Amino acid sequence: MSRNYIAKRIAKEFRDGMYVNLGIGIPTESANYIPEGTHVYLQTENGGLMFGPKPKRGESDPDLANAGAEPITMLPGGSVFDVATSFAMIRGGHIDMTVVGALEVDESGSVASWKIPGKLLTGMGGAMDLLYGCKRVVVAMTHTDKYGNSKIKKKCSLPLTAAAVVDLIITDKAVFSIGTGGLYLEELAPGVTSSEVVQLTEGTITNISDWA
Amino acid sequence: MAVQITAQEAVKKIVAKSAVMIGGFLGAGVPLVMLDEIAKSGIKELTVISIGAGYRGGGVDIGKLVLNKQIIKYITAHVGTDPNLIKQIVGGEVEMELSPMGTFVERIRAGGAGLGAVVTPVGMGTEVEEMAEKIIVDGKPYLLFKPIRAAVAVIKAHRGDLLGNLQYQGMSNTSPIMATAADIVIAEVDEIVAVGEISPENVGTPGIFVDYLVQGHTYQKRKAIYEELWIATNKL
Repeated sequence: MSRNYIAKRIAKEFRDGMYVNLGIGIPTESANYIPEGTHVYLQTENGGLMFGPKPKRGESDPDLANAGAEPITMLPGGSVFDVATSFAMIRGGHIDMTVVGALEVDESGSVASWKIPGKLLTGMGGAMDLLYGCKRVVVAMTHTDKYGNSKIKKKCSLPLTAAAVVDLIITDKAVFSIGTGGLYLEELAPGVTSSEVVQLTEGTITNISDWA
Repeated sequence: MAVQITAQEAVKKIVAKSAVMIGGFLGAGVPLVMLDEIAKSGIKELTVISIGAGYRGGGVDIGKLVLNKQIIKYITAHVGTDPNLIKQIVGGEVEMELSPMGTFVERIRAGGAGLGAVVTPVGMGTEVEEMAEKIIVDGKPYLLFKPIRAAVAVIKAHRGDLLGNLQYQGMSNTSPIMATAADIVIAEVDEIVAVGEISPENVGTPGIFVDYLVQGHTYQKRKAIYEELWIATNKL
């Protein structure tokens, strides 16, 4: 339910002609909701630009996969390349937007998504490069963890993936932008009140008086 | 110049306690026949250099070397797909050396291209700062990482000729970069073709980098293997 809402909300950030890299999970699902008439060029860090949907059974190509090693198709006009070229696109500032999941985000736009000391030790993969290099960074995640704790912090407590890089946070409760003054509430999810969001958010919402 | 050898002969080029690069990306585009042969050989105490672990769930491709406990060090960007490998890392059986993915790839590129280091801003403000030396260039802070090379690189391409020229199909992943950064380069291919059959503009890795060619599975066989794997893991 909230998962679908987040995926659909992400899709509103797509602009015609954008080169976009989508993280695994909800961000990838947002590709199903790209508005009609908007052309978005999807990039995958293992080396593909303009990839399309999953193939049908019997039509998969062992040499076409996404960054999760899942089968994909290439669209007309698409291209494939090695991983050094792929990260030149990512780190070199050629990708317009990335949408990623996170464990925590804070008021200064820092993100923690790759490590929980003693628990999650998988490595950072391409996340640090994506967050550093993409022109616009959108974090999409549930507002709270499974214990109901805010994932939007004053300051991230987990090891950072990147410091001060986030432009927009999309959750199942609200949308925030990050500016010089910190966290700005931009939008409430349907049926959610501003006081509920204040209660569920550890970070300080700079413009909350506008929502009173 | 490349010499065609069997997978059994090729695996003898890899010696215990040495560093081996494996091309591919989380199980896709990996040299399947050579990995089976390395697993069969039981060569121990390998340092594996690979962008990630094997296919999700473990036990497949590089995951076979993990199950056999043939690895003592893993140089990579991500091991999240193989729970067996994570267990060995947590248990102290395997040492892990991490770098961000783009940095990992550039370290290998530097190793192959004769460069002294990779200097990158990625990882500034994170724990990665502790993995590298900090340097200032034009007033801006960067992290300096050392190049990576291996004794042997085992890579995967679509076609190869006896000059060592390789043609890729679909995603070439890490193979073209690893082809430059090892003392011995073994390329597993779907097809071995006559010199001249790969037109110059279709050569993805020039033969100068390649030492040995190994006949892998045919394309059709690989297609069947991946279809089965993807269906079994609910990805197709």
